[in-house]
Amino acid sequence: MPLHVCVVGSGPAGFYVAKKLLKRFDFARVDILERLPAPFGLVRSGVAPDHPETKVVINQFSRTAEDERCRFFGNVCLGTDVSLEELRKIYHVVVLAYGAESDHRLGIPGEDLEGVFSARQFVWWYNGHPDGKDLPINLNNVETAVVLGQGNVALDVARILLRSPSELSSTDIAEHAVKALRTSRIRKVYVVGRRGPVQAACTAKELREILGLKGVEIVINEADLQTTDCDLEELQSSRIHKRVFDLFCKSATFTKCAGRDKQLQFVFFRAPVSLLAAEDGIHVRGVHLQKTRLEGNNPRKLVGTGEFEELDCGLVLKSIGYKSLPVPDLPFDHKKGVVPNYFGRVRSSDATNETERGLYVAGWLKRGPTGIIGTNEVCAQEVVTSIEEDVNRAVVSNLKEVPGSVGLESILSEKNKRYITFEGWERLNETEMEKGAVKGKPREKIVGIDEALAIGLAKEKE
Amino acid sequence: MSMLEAAHENEIELEGACEGSLACSTCHVIFMDEELYQKLPEPSDEENDMLDLAFGLTETSRLGCQIIAKPELDGMRLALPPATRNFAVDGHVPKPH
Repeated sequence: MPLHVCVVGSGPAGFYVAKKLLKRFDFARVDILERLPAPFGLVRSGVAPDHPETKVVINQFSRTAEDERCRFFGNVCLGTDVSLEELRKIYHVVVLAYGAESDHRLGIPGEDLEGVFSARQFVWWYNGHPDGKDLPINLNNVETAVVLGQGNVALDVARILLRSPSELSSTDIAEHAVKALRTSRIRKVYVVGRRGPVQAACTAKELREILGLKGVEIVINEADLQTTDCDLEELQSSRIHKRVFDLFCKSATFTKCAGRDKQLQFVFFRAPVSLLAAEDGIHVRGVHLQKTRLEGNNPRKLVGTGEFEELDCGLVLKSIGYKSLPVPDLPFDHKKGVVPNYFGRVRSSDATNETERGLYVAGWLKRGPTGIIGTNEVCAQEVVTSIEEDVNRAVVSNLKEVPGSVGLESILSEKNKRYITFEGWERLNETEMEKGAVKGKPREKIVGIDEALAIGLAKEKE
Repeated sequence: MSMLEAAHENEIELEGACEGSLACSTCHVIFMDEELYQKLPEPSDEENDMLDLAFGLTETSRLGCQIIAKPELDGMRLALPPATRNFAVDGHVPKPH
């Protein structure tokens, strides 16, 4: 008897779960739902345009989607088009893998001034995400940008602002973005962290890349590279942090370089207190920061020193972490921004060990918004093992008949909701690649939803 | 031939998400023989960058896509990292991304 599974979300989390389920169970039938016309989640809309090798994983995700036991349903949104309750009735297993589409807020004055965005919004904008194309960003009268946060996303956005547009124009960056970057007056980017280089959350590959960026002078205050005993202990116990710290140290010797017309400055031990408004009271003109210090040991605490500083800027990008969004009928831990779970089995609340039969989470919705693409492979392994255990113990039973895909199609057709199949995506994919080839780009992303749907939903040629 | 290619040719489930372009750590393998591990040329910065992020990293870990078969490595035994039942729900230390 088929095991009918619905995976909500077609990013790495969803696809790794689908892949492993199909391998584990011959009798699995996996439907993957995606609210956008195009699949692949952050591989398509998060990975930077100048990192094409990181997107190669799409090849194997496509092979999973092409399995005859797998069906892709693009343009179908959980909540709007079909409810969680409905899905749980028509499938044996539902795996929510819809990621984190919101942001942590700083919670400081001035956060809603114009010219202040989350890094996620900026990334969606340059990556041609349909929800990002109307970002009211103006790079023409801004000379300095401040990025808050020092993780890899912070480095991505700083790098896209500083990389020469001619280098970007041969990538899959969205056309509206490269156009704006060509007339950008931004020459200086600050990347600001509350703690020091020993604690920076970025990883070596990304740091190495940005430190070597053509035409960009790197500025680091050597005093920030001093370490305490606690720092040395932290470095000793973490290979990642040690290699990142070593890179910061090496780069500090490159500070004075001729012929570089842009600057990237790493600012450490500064916490944002407020974002300052220009005279018009509408646009951001600077960031008010408090100097910080790390105190104590195990755990170390971050404290303010009572000394303050300002950085002038016309653009602020907050890169302080993504956050998942809840949906009705789904237990949710609002503090951590994740669904409480036990090895991927959704817990009925974060106060109980009871789990919801047949309901699972994977990816950022399960673990929080951390890790790389490959982290989802390990995460999916854990979730699929839980599903397998539950099938073996008949907690989930494929002997019970449910309609699966047929049930979903019926719900969607009652609402006149048309969905994009994987073949429809492949048509959209071909179109994007053809449009890109003309411009020397791997693809020209189709950013408007209507245009994407027109291509994706078109009938097959006879 | 790299060990990643060798694994795929012999139906061994070694993930290779980036298909050998040093943009992931999913082909992480562990050398069982310290002596043979020492015979390998040092990993490049780029390989080390990816090893930083590998799940279950050990002192004799390498990326399978970077290990090329050679007569001196004849008889090498490679282990795949353990599957993940130790993903703690509490006390989990987030990895950077």
